Amino acid sequence: MRGLRELCLAPAAAVLAALFAAPMGILAAYSLMTRGAYGGVATPFTLEGWRRMADALYVAVLIKSFVVAGISTALCVLLGFPLALFIARAGARKNLYLALVMLPFWTSFLIRTYAWMFLLRDTGLVNTVLLGLGLIHEPLPLLYNWGAVILGLVYGYLPFVVLPLYASLERQDPALEETAADLGARPVETLFRVTIPLCAPGLRAGAMLVFIPCLGAYLTPDLLGGGKTILMGTLIQNQFSSARDWPFGSALSLGLMALVTALLWMQARRKGETLP
Amino acid sequence: MNRLLTLTAVSLYAFLHLPLLVLCAFSLNRSRFTVWEGFSLDWYRAALGDGQLMEAALNSVVVAVGATLISTAIGTLCAYGLWKRESRAFTLPLSLTLATPEIVTGVSLLAFFQWAFRYLHMQLGMHTVVLAHVSFSIAFVVMVVLARLRTFDRSLEEAALDLGATEWQAFGRVTLPNLMPGVIAAALLAFTISFDDYVITSMVAGVDSETLPMALYAMARRGANPAVNAVSTVMVVGLGALILVSERLRKR
Repeated sequence: MRGLRELCLAPAAAVLAALFAAPMGILAAYSLMTRGAYGGVATPFTLEGWRRMADALYVAVLIKSFVVAGISTALCVLLGFPLALFIARAGARKNLYLALVMLPFWTSFLIRTYAWMFLLRDTGLVNTVLLGLGLIHEPLPLLYNWGAVILGLVYGYLPFVVLPLYASLERQDPALEETAADLGARPVETLFRVTIPLCAPGLRAGAMLVFIPCLGAYLTPDLLGGGKTILMGTLIQNQFSSARDWPFGSALSLGLMALVTALLWMQARRKGETLP
Repeated sequence: MNRLLTLTAVSLYAFLHLPLLVLCAFSLNRSRFTVWEGFSLDWYRAALGDGQLMEAALNSVVVAVGATLISTAIGTLCAYGLWKRESRAFTLPLSLTLATPEIVTGVSLLAFFQWAFRYLHMQLGMHTVVLAHVSFSIAFVVMVVLARLRTFDRSLEEAALDLGATEWQAFGRVTLPNLMPGVIAAALLAFTISFDDYVITSMVAGVDSETLPMALYAMARRGANPAVNAVSTVMVVGLGALILVSERLRKR
C-alpha cells in the first residue's frame, strides 16, 4: 500500500524542498556574508548583517511595525466582532452575508489598495467632493501617511477576523444567552459577560490571522504610505533593491520569519485553536 | 440593540464594498478627472489600445494558466497522499508557506534563483514567475482538495480494491472523479491568487515578463489614470466570478 502514497507526495516534497526550504537556506547563508559591490554577496563570512538589526534605527522600525500591526489588529477585532455577531444572528441569510464579507477579500488585493488611492489622493474622490461642496479650500493630505496605511490594513484584513469569530459565535448554545437574560442580565451585560468571553478562542485566532500579515505587510505601506512609512516589509525590500545590502536583507527576512513562526507556534499550541 | 447591530453591520458592508464599486463606476466616466461628466467607454478603449498593458495581460494569463496546471496537479496528488495518512512533515511546511510574508517569499526566491542561475546560465523571466507562483499556490490547492477528501467515503475506494482494482485504478476511476469539483475549485482559486499577485512577481520577474498587476502598480504610482480603473474593473469582475464558481463547487 505504501508505493502510491509516496509517489503522490514526491512532487510536493520536491516543490517544498526546492522552492521553500532551499531559498530559506540561501537566505541563511547570505545573511552570514558580506555585501557585494554591485548587490549580491561576497566573502568573508561575518555576523554583521545580524548585528545591524540591533541598531537603534532598525529597532525603531521593528517597534513601529508592531505598533501599526497592533493598532490594525485591534481595529479589525473591534469592527469584525459586530459584523460576525450580525451574521451569526442573521438566520437563513447567513451564508449570503458571509459571502459578502469574503468576496472582496478574494478578488484582488492590489486593486483594493488602489481603490483607496483613488479615493484619498489630492485629486481623489473625497477631496474633489469636499472641494466641490466648499467645505475645504485646498485638498486634505489624506494619502501617504500612517493613517492611510492603517486604514488600508484594516480594510484588507477585516475579513480574516470575521471568519473565526463567526465560527465561534455560531457554535455557541443560544440557551446560554437566554439563561443570562432569564436570570436578569441586561443585553449589554449578557454580551460582555457571556457572549464575548465564550468566543475568546475565535478572538485569539482572528487577531493572530490579522496580526501576522500586518507585521510583514509590504504592498499597503508602499502604496498608501508612499515611501514615507518604513515598516519591516519595506525595509527588507529596500535592502534587495536600492540599498543593495543582501546580507542585511537576508538577516531581516529570517528575523521576520522567526517572529511569524513563533506567533504561529503560540497559536498552534492551544489545543483545538489552530488556524483554519 | 438589534437595530444598532444592523446599522453597524450595514456601515461595515458599505466600508467593504463601496471603495471597489466607486472605483468601477468611475471607469465609465467620460472625464479624466474625478468629476462625473457622463457615461463613456473611452477608458476601456484606451486600455485595449495600450500595447504594453495588453502584453502584460497576456503574460499574466500565460503565467496563471501554467502555475495553475502545475500546482493543481502536484497539490491534488499531495492532498491524496496526506488523506491516506497525515504527515506533519508536509502540513507544517505547507502552513508555513501560507504564513510567510510575501516580501520574504519574494526575496528568498530572488536570492535562490540568482544563486542557481550562476551555475545554470539562465536569467529571470516567465519561468521564474511560474515557479514562484507554484510555490505559493500549492498550499491553497492542498487545503481545498483535502477538505473535499475528508467528506469522501473511504469505503468506496476500499470496495474498488476488494473488487480487484489496482491502487492506481481505484484512485483514477473512483476517487479522482469524485474529487473533481474540489479539484476544479482549487484550480480556480490558484488561478485567482496567481493572476493577482504583485509583490512576489515583481521580485522574480525579468525584463520580458511584466504581468498585469505590475503594469497596474506602475500606472497607479504615476498618478490618476482612469484606464487603471477600467482594467481594475475587468479584473475584479473576472476574478470575482471565478471565486464565486469556486465557492459553489466547494460546497457541492
